[in-house]
Amino acid sequence: MKLELSRVVQGRGRLGVLKELGKTGQHSLEVPGCLLHTHLGAVPHLTRDTLHTLSNLPSVTQVTLSNIAEHQEVLEEFKDGFRRFAGLHNTVLYCSLHDPATPCPTGYNTTKTVSVWGSGGRIELTVAKFMALQKTVQPDWYQSMADGETWQSGTSRKRVRKSVDRTLAHLDECLLVHQNSQELEGVEVFGVVEGGDILEERVRSGRETAKRPVAGFCLDGLQTGSMDQALRTQLITAVTKELPEDKPRLLQGVGRPDEVLACVEAGVDLFESFFPFQATERGCALCFGFDVSSDPELAAGVKFGTRQHPVSGGVRRLCAGSLVEFSGVVELAEEKTASGETRQNGDSNPADQSRMTSFEIDLKDKRHRDDFRPLVEGCGCYCCVNHQRAYLHHLLVTNELLAGVLLMIHNTAHYHAFFRALREALANDKLDVLKRRVLGEGGGQTERNE
Amino acid sequence: LAGRCSRVTLRLVAECSVTKARACDLILPHCAVSTPVFMPVGTQGTLKGITVDQLEGLGCQICLGNTYHLGMRPGPDLIEKANGLHGFMNWKRNLLTDSGGFQMVSLVELSEVTEEGVKFKSPYDGEEILLSPEKSISIQNSLGSDIMMQLDDVVSSTVTGPRVEEAMHRSIRWLDRCIAANKNPDKQNLFAIIQGGLNAELRKVCLEEMTQRDVPGFAIGGLSGGEEKDDFWRMVTLSTDHLPREKPRYLMGVGYAVDLVVCVALGCDMFDCVFPTRTARFGSALVPWGSLQVKQKQYAKDFQPIDPECQCPTCRQHSRAYLHALFKSDTAAMHHITIHNIAYQLTLMCSVRQSIVDGCFPEFIRTFMKRMFPSRDQYPGWAVDALASVNVPLE
Repeated sequence: MKLELSRVVQGRGRLGVLKELGKTGQHSLEVPGCLLHTHLGAVPHLTRDTLHTLSNLPSVTQVTLSNIAEHQEVLEEFKDGFRRFAGLHNTVLYCSLHDPATPCPTGYNTTKTVSVWGSGGRIELTVAKFMALQKTVQPDWYQSMADGETWQSGTSRKRVRKSVDRTLAHLDECLLVHQNSQELEGVEVFGVVEGGDILEERVRSGRETAKRPVAGFCLDGLQTGSMDQALRTQLITAVTKELPEDKPRLLQGVGRPDEVLACVEAGVDLFESFFPFQATERGCALCFGFDVSSDPELAAGVKFGTRQHPVSGGVRRLCAGSLVEFSGVVELAEEKTASGETRQNGDSNPADQSRMTSFEIDLKDKRHRDDFRPLVEGCGCYCCVNHQRAYLHHLLVTNELLAGVLLMIHNTAHYHAFFRALREALANDKLDVLKRRVLGEGGGQTERNE
Repeated sequence: LAGRCSRVTLRLVAECSVTKARACDLILPHCAVSTPVFMPVGTQGTLKGITVDQLEGLGCQICLGNTYHLGMRPGPDLIEKANGLHGFMNWKRNLLTDSGGFQMVSLVELSEVTEEGVKFKSPYDGEEILLSPEKSISIQNSLGSDIMMQLDDVVSSTVTGPRVEEAMHRSIRWLDRCIAANKNPDKQNLFAIIQGGLNAELRKVCLEEMTQRDVPGFAIGGLSGGEEKDDFWRMVTLSTDHLPREKPRYLMGVGYAVDLVVCVALGCDMFDCVFPTRTARFGSALVPWGSLQVKQKQYAKDFQPIDPECQCPTCRQHSRAYLHALFKSDTAAMHHITIHNIAYQLTLMCSVRQSIVDGCFPEFIRTFMKRMFPSRDQYPGWAVDALASVNVPLE
């Protein structure tokens, strides 16, 4: 793969195209961009027909070892690689370790192994098993095996250092196997940068990983809920200083629009698109505005959804230390002062992803019962063209499977359109306008530590 | 009590010269329906997990909605505001709504029948609702279905004694009340439902009475509920013997492949059943030789499609092994099987119809049975008897 950047502005993000993707080198992906998140090759809830109601989907499909590992024997017997097994065509296949949408239990990684969690329970991976999996999956690109169990607050410095050391060791072992495997010829590897919330460890991990012959970098242990955005920005900024400019940076586990914007500014190129799925699972539709066209008529097209204060079903705890400065999720400031206890390892739930954000509407809310408007006015997705909020409300209230299908279609369309708008804003110097739009008019944006 | 003019026309395309089977075109307000037809069931205004586009793409021309369920949630007023059930779910073809009568049996703990109607205790809020013939028709008028069913007094087919007779006579009285209550006779076709349990005499009385009413079609009700198949087919064939040739015959609640083929031979045109779509969600795929439980271990490494000869989207794109694996990860697996099962049912009926049109339905039946059962002694006795009664002996 080749990263061609058209614009790089320090602290304002990079714009470009990741070219020559895939073994035939015929695919490309615009950056900043996101991959297509799937469960075993299927966009959640969708079959080929419903998926193809969407246009302009990313050219890179993400699959995860947490879904695949338990099927190793089947794939080995199949012999023709995961792409064929899943009936995927004309797409670049990227294989990650974990599913960003489903955080898994921690405390099981060892010096030589990491664990993933399949439908039948925990599967322990050594580098040998990890690489055997890559050989049967036959992706176009994969992330190297990594120990990223540092996202809980209160992780000790020693543990963070271990994660950096182990991840580097795993990378070196993976590369050794990779270079000696004919089955992996033409396949690209991303190194994984760890370091928890400790600046020096982050810098060390970045610097060391950059010395290895990898095609790009995954930034791990920074997922939503693990730390506040200010710290995340600080760490990413420091790490990217150690990384070569001409190689892409993929940030794992971050998908919220406000966090995406901040991380793009800090130098991230690629994201995982699991956020639409999470919104779908809570019965919500993404509705945040991102249109920055100066034409007022066009601007009216994608309306900002009603600014809702998320009060669905009781307020959940965030892990302590998580400040939210963006106007997005409002009531957390009060919540934080109320908790005040120290968290134990394994205690927090950083990806309490069931939490509704202000970028979406809760369609189970009674107010939508007789609302005959589409989810988002002007959205051209199959759901918005064919159905109304009242129908979605009914489907959710009656627990009908179609709700998931329709919401997934809309949320996917909306999210990918957001990324398109982001790229356009960068190209036209309208990032600030976009930020105001996405974060809400008059939304508070705190100063980043620079 | 004569009904007023209706909008359904039955055009007889072909009649089997051996059995009682017919191939017809049922002209309904939204589009023509080719019979014999299997109608998938979309109880709550949706076919579980399938979009209306996918349903249309499979060739479905008519599907079902349920008055009791939709009457509770979201309620007739909202659906009326949404331009009827067609508008609410955005289905452009035909809809048939059941009256809520069957729920009397399926939700029997929660219901009580009087001359007035059926009293239900809502499972959601404990409130009592009275579903009378007038109320049922009123809801169905709001839903705007192309075919509406009368509210009938339904007893389980395993019930015997005076209750059966009472229900049959009441169903006739309720039919008249339904006809009188129908606000849209020129757009919505009200079908009568023949009752009488497993009692030939009672059935005949019901047939005699109901066929005197000017309704556009007749359903055969009160069957497909756990009765002996030997009794079942006899009541079906008795009913079709006494139903007018030029009106459609709808056998309610029948959906297993063998039952469909046999009952077409006995003279039925329309069928509905939740079985194909429900069983799909458990990973059971319907095939010409029975069914295939995709979630079973034996399919983990089976790399052929569910049915190599099936042309549905699922079979054209995915293997048994992939679907087996996908069931552990995502709901999409269920949708793939649902699509396949609907395709199977619709294709089966298409082939049945074609064979009637081509004049070779008896051969079709024989081939079908051979494919479905490993050997002759595994043919269900009732099916052999039923087919023999319409001149198709099975070797």
